[in-house]
Amino acid sequence: MGKPSDLVQGTLDLLILKTLSTEARHGWAIAKRIQQISGEVLQVQQGSLYPALHRLEQQGWIKAKWGESETGRQAKFYSLTAAGRAQLEKETASWERLSGAINLIVQEG
Amino acid sequence: MRWLDRIRMRVQMLFRRGRAADRLDDELRFHLEQQIAENIAAGMNAEEARHAAMREFGNPAALRDQARETWSWNGVELVLRDLRIATRTLLRTPGFAAIAILVMALGIGANIALFTVVRSVLLKPLPFRDPDRLVRLYEHSTDDKFPYNASAGGVFAEWKKQSRSFSDMAISGYVGYNLSGTRGQLPENVRAFEVTWNLFPLLGVDPALGRGFTQDDDRASANGTVILSWGLWKRRFGGDPAILNQTILLDAKPYTVIGIMPAWFSWPDQSRQLWTPLEYRELADQLQALDEHNFIAIGRLKPGVTVKEAGAELSVITRRIHDQHLDNPFVSKSANIRSLLDSMVGEVKTPLYVLLAATGCVLLIACLNVANLLVARGAARRKEMAIRAALGGSRMRLLREQLMESLILSAGGGVLGVALAALTIRWLLTAQPEMARAEAIHPDSMVGAFALALVVFSAAFTGVVSSLSAGSRWVLAALQESSRTHSGGLARTRLRKLLLTLEVGLTVVLLTSSGLLLRSYARLRSSNLGCITQNVLTMSLDLPEVRYKEDAQRANFFDTLLARVRSLPGVQAASYIFPTVPGAGYGGDSGFRITEHPPLPQGQSQYARTLFIDPGYFATMGIPIVRGRIFSENQRPRHPTEIIVSETFVRQYLAGEDPLGRHIHKGHDTYEIVGICGDTRHEVSEPAAPAMYFALDAAEDMNSATLVIRSDRDVTQFALPVQRIVQELDRDLPVSDILTMDEVIGRNTADASFDATLLLIFAASSLLLAAVGLFGVLSYIVAQRTTEIGVRIALGAQRGQLLRFILADGLRPALYGLVMGLAGSALVTRLIQSMLYKTQALDPGVFVLVSLILLFVAAMACLLPAWRASRIDPMQALRTE
Repeated sequence: MGKPSDLVQGTLDLLILKTLSTEARHGWAIAKRIQQISGEVLQVQQGSLYPALHRLEQQGWIKAKWGESETGRQAKFYSLTAAGRAQLEKETASWERLSGAINLIVQEG
Repeated sequence: MRWLDRIRMRVQMLFRRGRAADRLDDELRFHLEQQIAENIAAGMNAEEARHAAMREFGNPAALRDQARETWSWNGVELVLRDLRIATRTLLRTPGFAAIAILVMALGIGANIALFTVVRSVLLKPLPFRDPDRLVRLYEHSTDDKFPYNASAGGVFAEWKKQSRSFSDMAISGYVGYNLSGTRGQLPENVRAFEVTWNLFPLLGVDPALGRGFTQDDDRASANGTVILSWGLWKRRFGGDPAILNQTILLDAKPYTVIGIMPAWFSWPDQSRQLWTPLEYRELADQLQALDEHNFIAIGRLKPGVTVKEAGAELSVITRRIHDQHLDNPFVSKSANIRSLLDSMVGEVKTPLYVLLAATGCVLLIACLNVANLLVARGAARRKEMAIRAALGGSRMRLLREQLMESLILSAGGGVLGVALAALTIRWLLTAQPEMARAEAIHPDSMVGAFALALVVFSAAFTGVVSSLSAGSRWVLAALQESSRTHSGGLARTRLRKLLLTLEVGLTVVLLTSSGLLLRSYARLRSSNLGCITQNVLTMSLDLPEVRYKEDAQRANFFDTLLARVRSLPGVQAASYIFPTVPGAGYGGDSGFRITEHPPLPQGQSQYARTLFIDPGYFATMGIPIVRGRIFSENQRPRHPTEIIVSETFVRQYLAGEDPLGRHIHKGHDTYEIVGICGDTRHEVSEPAAPAMYFALDAAEDMNSATLVIRSDRDVTQFALPVQRIVQELDRDLPVSDILTMDEVIGRNTADASFDATLLLIFAASSLLLAAVGLFGVLSYIVAQRTTEIGVRIALGAQRGQLLRFILADGLRPALYGLVMGLAGSALVTRLIQSMLYKTQALDPGVFVLVSLILLFVAAMACLLPAWRASRIDPMQALRTE
């Protein structure tokens, strides 16, 4: 399991922040959510997910809280911080610019 | 608030790391459980669900590590882990660790100590205002023999009047006083310094208490004033500020104490205990004389003026004076300037840098040795490393661990070395208290940085050298080699031999250098002063002018003292000399003319040491009268007519003539040469200078003399009885510099002895290190080749042949090192030529001796492993696999 490339890593951060923008979730739920929303196209590997979560937490974009999961077990729930919300907006904007640009090139050919 | 979150996070990661790790495990386990639950929901049985989930999940340990890598403090944690592993590894071989740390401590400690001295003495600026603009001014004598001569009062006055390069200049001179006892204290001879009033402002130093000198204090008509050193004030006057404005007696004359200098201040050296105004004390003719070089001149350069420009300006002025007095050959013709710091430490510069270079060599040898030990250990741990590399330990990781090991060794060595250095410096200060600026020797932050740099350097050096051969490309080879260890690891052995060769080479350089210094010292000690030195005691007396105004008073004192000393049982002979006994310094000289000779060409001069003695002196010191006789008894005070000259004097100035009966004209008097005496040396290391001896009791204003006493037994026992006699004659008269002749010589050769001893210690420890290194390498080679040797013996090799074979293997690096070292020495020893006395830098005796010693030690170090190899039992050797 190699390290995700920069593009993928940045994208994964965006996906995680986006997923957490509606409600607090634990790691498993984040992976599931991304999988569902993307129509099973994006499969987040645990090997990328947890390092990414911990990195985002270290950077203060998200914060973690232990709570009870739907099955009644203790789980670590992540939620966005105010800074994380601002970061999400920034990353969304930059993603839109980037994907728009790539689209332009792809469609022109 | 993001920064707040981040700080909270950091704190949490630092102090609750264990808890965070548990949480991470829990989090991952939860994920796995969820997956299993989902799999079960999808219809798998429990066992299947678990396996599938685990498969998908991957390696939990690796996943955990990846997550942890994102945590803050991860770097610190890794370093700590390396540290733990390295410590554990080292503790497994405590003997090795201890030796390595000791070796490092030796190298690092010696370097810190020497660096502290070099930094404090040579590099640290003087503690004065803008010290880099302070310079010492010298006259350059007409005959070019003394480029850094003291200044004459009259020449200095012209410098001061005419030069434009200096914002200020001052003169000063060494003096001594009898400080009379007050409140029942004993009188005391104090070393002092007379200064013009502007010297302290020029240096930029104010008294701690009271005031400095003013121009009004600094003239003959003023009242006597004195400034005390902090030390004298504390010691003699109990640190009582009430001493200010009180009067003390110096040479029985009243001086008012006007100030106390700060505790840190010492000028020109620590022995000076008080300062008096120069022009108050010096006679006007001294201040105007052009040819009496008595004063130490100091200047402060104006901003933007270089030393060179200022020197050129003073030279021009001096030249002008010289040209106006062409009839006087003692008026200098140019001037020299050097920085004040250089003028103080010029003499110790070369020896200190030589010693620093030597300690550098010792450190390098220590590093090479530790690297050698690490390589040997690396060989033993080779399989472990190979297995770890095979299991995925990254090369970087393994290298880091190795570097960490050498860092621990160096740091341990550094800590121990600092302690060692502290002890060394303390010893040094007691061994060399008179070294220039000894009082400035303190470790400072720069020394700390240097110590740190040494540790890092040693760690990097040993670590990198020892891991040079630990590359992962040999993993496979190491694993394959595991079945049989025949002559394996050749590359490592080669590296170790190379390190050894370097080590031996450096050792040889140290050995030859110390050998040369020792030889030079031995020559110095055995050089003949020209007089008896055994069981001779010397002591100095200074009669205060105020109380001994009349010649008769002085003569009375000297005669009575001498008569009483001579009558002490056990005293064989006693007499006086002024100013110095042989071996105690030059004293002074005077110009003269030989009446029977035609006048000297203009600008040429004749001069000889001027000594005053009583007629018994030659007999007391065992100096032969070669021809003629000693003074007759009819030398009336102030009307001396006779003179005795030395053999060198005759050789130099009266060659080919009959010297007896010739006349010497000196000052206003003419003397007849009545005798010729043997030569004595004023310095152990200098050839005898021409000398003239005058009758002491016939000389004018002769207040001082050195009493010499010879006995046939231990002469120090007379020190107290003689002092008691002096006290009985004059209660206020102190006796100073009570030394045997051996001590006088010892003082003058102390530096040479010190340098040679230190260097010898360094060389001996290097030799020991090299021997240990040789022994280690050869033992290792023999151990590695046990099987091979066993096979050879089984096939019929002779034991003697094997012994030679192994010996040659060990001696080869020693031989290469020796050749390299001798070549290096030939280059290096030239640099210490200036420290050698009657010894050539390429002294063949020393080089041969060093070679023999080195070969002997190397052979000894190799003998045991070689002998062991030749005793190997082939059956056992073949079975060890």
